[in-house]
Amino acid sequence: MASISQNAPANSLPDFRNLGVILRIFVIVTASTLVAAALGNHAIARWLEASAAAIAFVLPVTIISLLILGMATSWLRRIDYRVAVVCIVLVELVIVTGIVQFVWLLIPEEDGLINIARYWLFTVLLALALIGYFDLRNRALSPALAEARLQALQARIRPHFLFNSLNAVLSLMRAEPRRAETALEDLSELFRVLMADNRKLIPLEQELELCRQYLAIETLRLEDRLNVEWHLDDLPDEAMVPPLILQPLLENAVYHGIEPSAQPGTISIHIKQNSERLEMILSNPVPKMTRSQSGNKMALANIEERLQLHFDAEATLATKSEDGRFEVRIILPCVKGER
Amino acid sequence: MSGAKLRVAITDDEAPARNRIKNLLDDVSEMVPIELVGEADNGRKLLELLQKHPADVVLLDIRMPEMDGLEAARHLQKLDEPPHVVFTTAYDDYAVSAFELHAIDYLVKPIRLRRLHDALSRARSITRISLDVLSEVGPEARTHLSIQERGKVKLVPVAEILYLRAELKYVTIRTAQRELLLEESLSSLEEEFGDRFVRIHRNCLVAREFIEAFEKESKSGAEARWVIRVRDVEEALPVSRRQQHIVRQLGKKPG
Repeated sequence: MASISQNAPANSLPDFRNLGVILRIFVIVTASTLVAAALGNHAIARWLEASAAAIAFVLPVTIISLLILGMATSWLRRIDYRVAVVCIVLVELVIVTGIVQFVWLLIPEEDGLINIARYWLFTVLLALALIGYFDLRNRALSPALAEARLQALQARIRPHFLFNSLNAVLSLMRAEPRRAETALEDLSELFRVLMADNRKLIPLEQELELCRQYLAIETLRLEDRLNVEWHLDDLPDEAMVPPLILQPLLENAVYHGIEPSAQPGTISIHIKQNSERLEMILSNPVPKMTRSQSGNKMALANIEERLQLHFDAEATLATKSEDGRFEVRIILPCVKGER
Repeated sequence: MSGAKLRVAITDDEAPARNRIKNLLDDVSEMVPIELVGEADNGRKLLELLQKHPADVVLLDIRMPEMDGLEAARHLQKLDEPPHVVFTTAYDDYAVSAFELHAIDYLVKPIRLRRLHDALSRARSITRISLDVLSEVGPEARTHLSIQERGKVKLVPVAEILYLRAELKYVTIRTAQRELLLEESLSSLEEEFGDRFVRIHRNCLVAREFIEAFEKESKSGAEARWVIRVRDVEEALPVSRRQQHIVRQLGKKPG
C-alpha cells in the first residue's frame, strides 16, 4: 500500500504517508518559511525572531496537514488530479485559518483582515509549489521505473546462468528425461516471472517459491557443492515484497560464492519480521585464491533502485564482508496484501 | 586423418556438462574414431590426468574453480606434445571475442553436434596457441606456477610459495617442502603477483602472508642489517638498504 505503484494511482500526487515524502515536505516548508521571514526582515536579529515565530506557527500547520492528507491519501490519489489539488489547497486554507484564529485568541492582533490575507497567499503559493515539486519528481522517476524494469529484464538473469542451465537440461534428456522435464518447468516458471509486469508487489511466499525453483536448477549443475540454509521465523502470512528482490541476490551468491570454489559452500537466508519492518539477510562464502571474477554490482544496484522506487527512504540495502562471508541485508516496510 | 583414434579429454566442473559432451562424443564417434582418455573437473586435475593419459584434444571449460581453463591451457603448453585445446564456454563474451581475434578454437554451450564434429576434425591441423596470446586473453594472476620436468608438468600452488629468489638465469621457488627452478623473470612475477608478494631485495620476493618476524642482524665489523624470518625456513632473508622502508610498512601488522 505504501508503494507508489501498487495502487496504480490516477494522478501524480505523492503518498503522504511515506517517510521520504514527509521529510521532503518538512524540509521545503521550513526552508520556505525562513526565506519568507528574511524577505521582510533584513537585520539578522529581527530575522531570527521573525523566523522563530513563523516556524512556531508553520510546524503545527504542517503536522495537522500531514495527518489529514495521510488519512485521505488513497482517495486523493485516485480522483482527478485538478480536483485533488483544489481539495488540498482548500484543506490547507481551512487549517491555516483555524490556527490563525486560535493564535489571535491568545494574542489579539490589529489589522486582522490584511494579515490573514497574507497568510492565505503564503499557504496557497507554498501548497502549489510543493504539489508542483512532487509532480516534477514523479515525472523524473517514472521513466526511471520503466527503464529499471527494462534494465532488470536484461541484467537479472545472467546469460551465463541461462546457457549453463539449458546445457544441464540437455545433458539429462537422454538419461533422466523426467528430471529434465522438471528442470524445464522450473526454468519456464522463472522466465514467466522475469517477463511479467514487475512493478506490482507480490506475496513474499511467491518470491520464496521462485527462489526454490531457481535453486533447484542450480543444484542440477552444482550438485552437492551448493548448500542452502533457510531461516524463516514466523513470517507474516500476507507480507508483500517487490518481485525478484531475493532471486537475483541468490544468483549473485551462487555466481560469486559457490561456483568459483571446488569445495561445497553454504548460502544462508534469514527472513524475519521486526515490528513493522521485514528484514532479509542473505550471505554466501567468499572463496579464497581464485582468479578475479568479472564482478558487476548490477544486481545490487538494480535492487537498491527498485527498493527506492517502491518505498523511498523507508527501505535500505546494506552489504558487508566479514569472516570470509559476504552479506546483503535488506530492510523494508512490512506491507500487507489486500486479499 | 590417420587410422589412429583421436584421444580426447573432457574438463568441466559441472557433471551434467561433462555428461552432455560424452553423449555428443558418442554421436561423433560414428564419424570420427574417438577414444575418451578421461575427464577432470578443473584445470589442475586435467594436468594430472594428462601426465598419465596423454590426449590429442582437450575440451576445456573456461570458468572452473581452483584452476580455470585459460590458466590450464597455459600450463598445458609446457608439455612436450601439448594437446590441441578447444575451449568450451557458456557465455564469456570477453573471452569469445579474444578467441576470434587470435583464431583460438572454442565451442559455446550448449554445444551442437555439428560444431563439435568440426572442431575435432580440424584438431590435428591447428598449431599450438602461443603463451603470449593466452596470457593476453586471461591476464589475471595464475593460481599455480608450472615447471617442465622431463616432458611432464609439475604444478606449484602460488598459495604455498614462501619466497621467490632470482639466481642467475632461473628463479628459485621455495615452498615449505621443496625448492624448484622456474624459467621466468622475477620482475614479471612481481608484476603478476604483486598483491601477494613483496620485494625485499633486488633478487627476492617474499609472500607477505608467511613473514614471521623482522630482525636486526649484526655481524662483527659490518653494519647491522634487517633480515626477514619466513615461516618453516631456517635461513633469514636479507632486506636490502633500498627496501628497508617495507620493514616499517609491514612491521605494523601483528607478528
